[in-house]
Amino acid sequence: MIATKPLKAVLLAIAMLFSFVQFSYSQEYEVEHTSENQPEKEFNAGDLINHHIADSHEFHLIDWNGVSYSMPLPIILYTNNGLVTFLSSEFHHDNEGKVIVERKGQQFVRIHDGIFYADKVVDDHPSVMDFSSRPLNFSITKLVFSMLMSVIILFIVFISVAKSYKNNPNAPKGLTGFMEPLVLFVRDDIAIPNIGKKNYAKYMPYLLSIFFFIWINNLIGLIPFFPFSANLTGNIAFTFVLASLTFLITTFSGNKYYWKHILMPPVPWLLYPIMVPIEIIGMLTKPFALMIRLFANIAAGHIIILSLVSLIFIFKTIAIAPVSGAFVIFMTMLELLVAALQAYVFTLLSALFIGQAVADDHH
Amino acid sequence: MNFVAPESLIFWTTIIFLAFFFLLKKLAWKPILNAVKEREDSINDALLSAEKARLEMQNLKNDNERILKEARAERDAMMKDAKEIKDKLISEAKEEAKKQSAKLIELAKFTIQNEKQAAIVELKNQVAELSISIAEKVLKEELSSKEKQLKVIGDMLKDVKLN
Repeated sequence: MIATKPLKAVLLAIAMLFSFVQFSYSQEYEVEHTSENQPEKEFNAGDLINHHIADSHEFHLIDWNGVSYSMPLPIILYTNNGLVTFLSSEFHHDNEGKVIVERKGQQFVRIHDGIFYADKVVDDHPSVMDFSSRPLNFSITKLVFSMLMSVIILFIVFISVAKSYKNNPNAPKGLTGFMEPLVLFVRDDIAIPNIGKKNYAKYMPYLLSIFFFIWINNLIGLIPFFPFSANLTGNIAFTFVLASLTFLITTFSGNKYYWKHILMPPVPWLLYPIMVPIEIIGMLTKPFALMIRLFANIAAGHIIILSLVSLIFIFKTIAIAPVSGAFVIFMTMLELLVAALQAYVFTLLSALFIGQAVADDHH
Repeated sequence: MNFVAPESLIFWTTIIFLAFFFLLKKLAWKPILNAVKEREDSINDALLSAEKARLEMQNLKNDNERILKEARAERDAMMKDAKEIKDKLISEAKEEAKKQSAKLIELAKFTIQNEKQAAIVELKNQVAELSISIAEKVLKEELSSKEKQLKVIGDMLKDVKLN
């Protein structure tokens, strides 16, 4: 069934993922009655944008009549007393460290979406990098949830594409006809020109994986409603992992010419004390640039679109809405391009670095 | 940058991506790439054999044309031969006819000659008879003297003209 109706299967999978979480936790939806008894806070575009591009322990759905609805997500902590799990709804939308959740004799608070030991937090803005005041956090956050969803979509799409080749030996059609040019694009325009005909086949699965993984997560980030909109590829921790994988593959694929070029560059030996460290730093700057480029491009896209929307609330007039809306549409179109472009650039540069590592000596 | 918990995302991204990578590598990328490669190869083969077939067709066509040309030349040669034979036959027949007619004319001439000779002989005989009968009559009428008789006979003979 999956092979014949991949589109339906994708929709079904999303619906199932969505409904499973909703079904299990729907009674846990928490209601926050803040705006009714508090004076309305001044709108702060910076807070809105920061909140939106950051990760979170719950997936915010909608604010309705001053009530905030969100989908709770599991919190998984590796504490001093072992593994602790509970749902983020236990915090009752609190993000200021006022609600204390007690598990295994330990008290946890949530401050600005970080989970801390209640007794070890001293100020209002504890650093997430201070591991003495918080447990190790392996929660399924909003971004992890979004990533799981993207992976499920890609699974259904590409497994059905792979199956269709078995059933249909003729020219591809339907979903396969749409995906095959993309696969061939990665092969013929990214892998072969950069790695070379001799070695490219070994790296094709990795290049295809990062290309489609980054692209679909870029696109999911652009859809502005639940269960999409998570800014996964605009998160530096995510891009760090992908860039690290490229770095590891490059380093472990390096042949003798690659290492010779780094450790014994073709310069007079007196320059080695300068050249060798530079070459070694160069090994690291390449994936570092990959990490920053993807993160910055996608995060910047989200920030620009949100800033444009925020203009309406900053000027407090609906008159600005058509202008703002027009710019948002323009930027979203641009971001659609950037989504594909950054996936392409990341894949292309990964292929280029791998190609440099496996290239024969040309000096 | 507002980190929630970097280790969470790093941990899950690594796990999820690696699982995604290894599963798709086995279940999707390899089958897709192999299928595409196979199809490309088969298309290349088909194109190659089509080109071969086209060349063969070309050769066949060239052969046909050559055979046609040869047949045409042979026909022309045969026609030429036939014409020659025909001309020869006609000329021979003409020759024969000429010969035949010449022979006939010859024969006719010969016959005419013979007839003429016979006629002349006949005439001579008749003249002789006539002469005899004349001579008889003369003899009967004028056989008075011998000199007269001889003179009459000689004069009469002189007057007779043969042709």
